[in-house]
Amino acid sequence: MTAFDVDPKLYSPLADSHLNVELDTGDMVLNIGPQHPATHGTFRLVVRLDGERVIKADPVIGYMHRGYEKLTEYRTYPQVTTLINRIDWLSSFANEVPFIAAAEQLMGIEAPPRALYIRTILTEMARISTFLLFLGEMGLQVGAITPAFLGFRDREYPLNLIESATGGRFHPNFNRIGGIKDDLPWGWIAECRNTMRKMLDSCDIFEDLVLGNPIFQARTRGIGIIPAELGAAYGVSGSNIRASGVDWDLRRDGEPLLPYNEIDWKVWTHQDGDSYARYWVRLQETRESARMILHLLDQMPSGPIMAKVPRIIKVPQGETYVAAENPLGEMGYYIISKGATGPFRVKIRTASFSNVSIMPWLLQGIYVPDVITVLASLYFILGDIDK
Amino acid sequence: MSHLLAIDLPGGWQTTLGIKTLIVMGLIPVGALVLGYTFLLKMMSHMQSRVGPMDPGGFHGWFQLIGDGIKFIQKEDIIPAGADKRVFKMAPAVVVMSTFLMFVVLPAGPNAVVAGSIHNGIGGIDVGIFYALAVSSLSVIGVLMAGWASSNKYALIGALRAAAQLIAYELPLVLAVVGVVVQAGTMNLQGIVFAQRDGEIFGWGGIGSPYILTQFVGFCLFMVAAQAELTQPPFDMPVAESELVAGYMVEYTGFRFLFFFIGEFGTAFVYAGLAATLFLGGWSIPGVEGEIANWVGPLVLFAKIMFVAFLMFWARFSYPRLREDQLQSLAWKWMIPISLINILVTGALKVAL
Repeated sequence: MTAFDVDPKLYSPLADSHLNVELDTGDMVLNIGPQHPATHGTFRLVVRLDGERVIKADPVIGYMHRGYEKLTEYRTYPQVTTLINRIDWLSSFANEVPFIAAAEQLMGIEAPPRALYIRTILTEMARISTFLLFLGEMGLQVGAITPAFLGFRDREYPLNLIESATGGRFHPNFNRIGGIKDDLPWGWIAECRNTMRKMLDSCDIFEDLVLGNPIFQARTRGIGIIPAELGAAYGVSGSNIRASGVDWDLRRDGEPLLPYNEIDWKVWTHQDGDSYARYWVRLQETRESARMILHLLDQMPSGPIMAKVPRIIKVPQGETYVAAENPLGEMGYYIISKGATGPFRVKIRTASFSNVSIMPWLLQGIYVPDVITVLASLYFILGDIDK
Repeated sequence: MSHLLAIDLPGGWQTTLGIKTLIVMGLIPVGALVLGYTFLLKMMSHMQSRVGPMDPGGFHGWFQLIGDGIKFIQKEDIIPAGADKRVFKMAPAVVVMSTFLMFVVLPAGPNAVVAGSIHNGIGGIDVGIFYALAVSSLSVIGVLMAGWASSNKYALIGALRAAAQLIAYELPLVLAVVGVVVQAGTMNLQGIVFAQRDGEIFGWGGIGSPYILTQFVGFCLFMVAAQAELTQPPFDMPVAESELVAGYMVEYTGFRFLFFFIGEFGTAFVYAGLAATLFLGGWSIPGVEGEIANWVGPLVLFAKIMFVAFLMFWARFSYPRLREDQLQSLAWKWMIPISLINILVTGALKVAL
């Protein structure tokens, strides 16, 4: 008998007459969300509480469903990037790359190397800006307000660079089938080098201010542990599964969509699998991304940024699944083409959807404050769950 | 300020009482505003590279606090449908009341005391610190009332957390003060100030003997416990904005919320004042004696309050939040044993020397 299956006899009128009836404290159903500051949007978590301990947690999703999979069927391929920019709105550029790569695969086009390098740089920059938000936001959810503002401040630098290169801060819409829209503006590379050094400094600040803080460690160590096998079974991916000790990164292990194998870099893993490990892994990955960008800038090839593509883009009949390492995890597109200007059917595999599916298991038996910490450390984006 | 008002005023003692009441009623909100302005807006903005609070009004964002005040007053006063209306309305007043009651015992000069008279020789009431710490617990009632009357689950959880926390931290707070009381030999705050002013460090009386030197452990314990009593980070679980939205304040709007705000910063002001009086020598400053100390004293006290408040808010803006059980174990497993040892050592030294 679980704690919330209360003996029905206790509710009978007879029960009141017994003096030694145990006081029924009951359990409380608390709606965390859909309007709650810890849920980054309209995520709803129905938790059943005994005191402050969670007995059962049910995530309720779909408040922000925008029907992107269906909408893609009524768009041409170049138009789809506008939509998929808005799935994971914090790292829009990283969303575009696998879709465009899938379309290129079906058409048999290869983007020129300079375009691939610029794509890689901007993807990593999107990763840095997303993770800086996480590094601050996680501090906020644990109760410290200063890291949140520092995160927002430092995120401006990569966003400014993305804006100056693509014209859009959040929604670049910059990838084209066969390459990218424009070359980098004059002076961008020098500015990018400076900014990446700033990002490395900023990571040091977070390491001192948040990660090294004894209260932060007390709040996150040993909380919300995802075992590697179970996490993999639930489909948890990205930094979340790497924090559980699984050495798996699609940038290295997946299809070579982008020239990651041409530079030196390291996949970071942590053995603990708790909230602290997830924070640690993301901090290291932010650093690693900044270093990767510095490497890529050094090796940047010259040449064209667009391959030769037909004037009207028609993707030949076929099916393909292309997945890439989004900042949140594995993001993939399964595209079925019937030879028209637009896709026949697109299935979007988003990382956050699988990452939050472990939540009912993960949140059982922990306290309300830890629920918030675990939510923050899983780091989901609502648009990425609800699509 | 008995002595300063010891002239014949029309209306006798009632007028004196009225003036004293006005002083207290005026000083607490002013103190709260000063702390709110200096630390919440300016210091925090600098620490966090904020743009918003530095902008309104031009120079350094001086208009921000006034703008906030106008906003609070304009807002609609919403009482939830399921609320216990009378209790809901009373709760903010109860919280602020405890702040006012604590403030009256703080001496601001040799004769500038609000509560008590000077005919016991030194002024102030003899159980000053005991009284101050006793009335400080009144705010728990207000918090519980607010949480219960709001008919909101978040508010209820917040209020229960607040009650558990405030009760747990009363004990180390009181025990931290006992060391000072033992050393000074009096519970009268004015007496404690005099003891520090007239004290000597190994025979040298240049700066008196502020108890932060001898009671440093007590000072640290007092500051930590005061931080918990104020429900400020790292002990702000009752209002934890990321979990409980705003805890027991979640249903309050407009002017009633402003009351909680004044209560929060006013209490910070008073606790900083208590810490300054107990450990930093209060209004006394070397080289200022006689009647002039009544006029310099308040300024000195204010400067010391600002220093102590700076420490409080520095911690507030830097630290994350503990969990409820970690908070309790910190109080019961660490702070109370340490404060008991502190009392033991202080007592032994007091007897031995």
